Amino acid sequence: MPKAQVTFQDIGVTVTVPAGTRLIEVSEKVGAGITYGCREGECCTCLTKIISGHEHLAAPSVLEDQVLKDNLAPRHHRLACQAQVLGGEIVVKPA
Amino acid sequence: MRAAASRVSAVPVASGVHWIGAFDPGLRNFDIILRTANGTSYNAYAVRGSAGVAVIDTVKAEFAESFFARLESVADYNEISTIVQNHLEPDHSGALPELLRRAPQAMLYVSHQARPMLKGLFDPAEFAGRITGVGTSDTVSLGDRQLEFFNTPYLHWPDTQCTWLAAEGMLFSADFLGCHYCDERLFNDAVGDFRFSFDYYYSHIMRPFRGHVRNALDLIEPLPLLTIAPGHGPILRDDPRDYVRRYRALSGSGLHNTTAKTLLVFYISAYGATRRMAEAVAAGAESAATECGDAGDLRVSLYDIEGSEPQPFVDLIEEADALLFGSPTINGDAVKPVWDLLSSLTMVDVKGKLGAAFGSYGWSGEAVSMIEDRLRRLKLRVPVPGVKARLSPTADEFAACRELGRQAALHLLGRAEARAIDMAELV
Repeated sequence: MPKAQVTFQDIGVTVTVPAGTRLIEVSEKVGAGITYGCREGECCTCLTKIISGHEHLAAPSVLEDQVLKDNLAPRHHRLACQAQVLGGEIVVKPA
Repeated sequence: MRAAASRVSAVPVASGVHWIGAFDPGLRNFDIILRTANGTSYNAYAVRGSAGVAVIDTVKAEFAESFFARLESVADYNEISTIVQNHLEPDHSGALPELLRRAPQAMLYVSHQARPMLKGLFDPAEFAGRITGVGTSDTVSLGDRQLEFFNTPYLHWPDTQCTWLAAEGMLFSADFLGCHYCDERLFNDAVGDFRFSFDYYYSHIMRPFRGHVRNALDLIEPLPLLTIAPGHGPILRDDPRDYVRRYRALSGSGLHNTTAKTLLVFYISAYGATRRMAEAVAAGAESAATECGDAGDLRVSLYDIEGSEPQPFVDLIEEADALLFGSPTINGDAVKPVWDLLSSLTMVDVKGKLGAAFGSYGWSGEAVSMIEDRLRRLKLRVPVPGVKARLSPTADEFAACRELGRQAALHLLGRAEARAIDMAELV
């Protein structure tokens, strides 16, 4: 299975994860500072800055895209509860 | 006592500006989280320009009758071109749907963040085609005068904004700079002593968002303020800048500040095991500071939770960088004084601080993971796994406690080693 490496910059931890993993599945277990509210892509609490490797995340769904727009999210920001890792190296930190 | 507002008359506030709100003197509790010894007012305003009338905020639905009566005393519904809703909480927006029905030509101006919230509060059909989202520096013209908007989110909802009427030096500030103090004399130079209400309101409503308060003050302070017209409580026309200064003070550090990072270890202990673990955690943190040659840059403190009410600890925590909690497990749970303290932390902003947990137990040891979960829910980062010790801690378990403190301190000092792990290793 293809793997990806996700680095949580705020705690200095890099996790090797299978492709298809959502950021939420890793960040909580590893103790990163990304926080969650609804966990369903509506509240925008888990807004996360993608420092590099944004191209290695699956494109946002229509719902995620709308929530990002509604909350005036800057470029290269994603919802950690929605963003799915495809491969490569990705560096993230809480927004 | 002479009231500025009769039951049904609007109250002049400035040229072309009237207060059209409502009084709720009998209210004794607001939003569940704060008491209201003097009730409250729901402040709304009508601003007349040469090309139309703007209504700024409405009132709680139960008080709509007096709001509409006051509005009708200064404007016809067909004159209303603009409705501004600075904050959507129901005590300010309760009369909004009816106002939109009575003034079908009026456009509604809300912050961008308010737009999705409107859909959750009201039937979207009520607003179809009539909403304009606005941000800082956006304006709407009333002809010979205009309203300007300032995006001031999280004071105390994501949607909150302020509206500025430059022609009168008047800031319509919603809950920001407001308070629950019902007095029909209405103006700060005429009402009773509401200083405690002003501070109490800040501490319960605004304090958890003090970073956002500071951001809003940065926007507001340069304005040539003549009047602050908040959403609750007295209208601040006498020395309004004094209240801005008070917010600046309240949102600053509550304690004498140091440049050192601060790491606080809180514990409670029945037979001394968790206390000795706490001492080891603190010693480990101290050792990290020494190891880094940065001893002066880290202040480690140890507190027995049994020795204080939660509030002084909350003040400490607001200013701290790392919070480590030790609790024994009793009946499958962390003990009540720990939960009392952790439940008090919604009063302050703890987002992004570093957290960790440890404790002794008899046979199951749930407390550590429960505290870690609570810390994550409070939006702390918890990068160092907690330490549990069964009954009397062994030498190895004390060593693990020292390492917990050491690692937490290294994270705080920016000296933690980067780690690479496989997801399969994560529990």
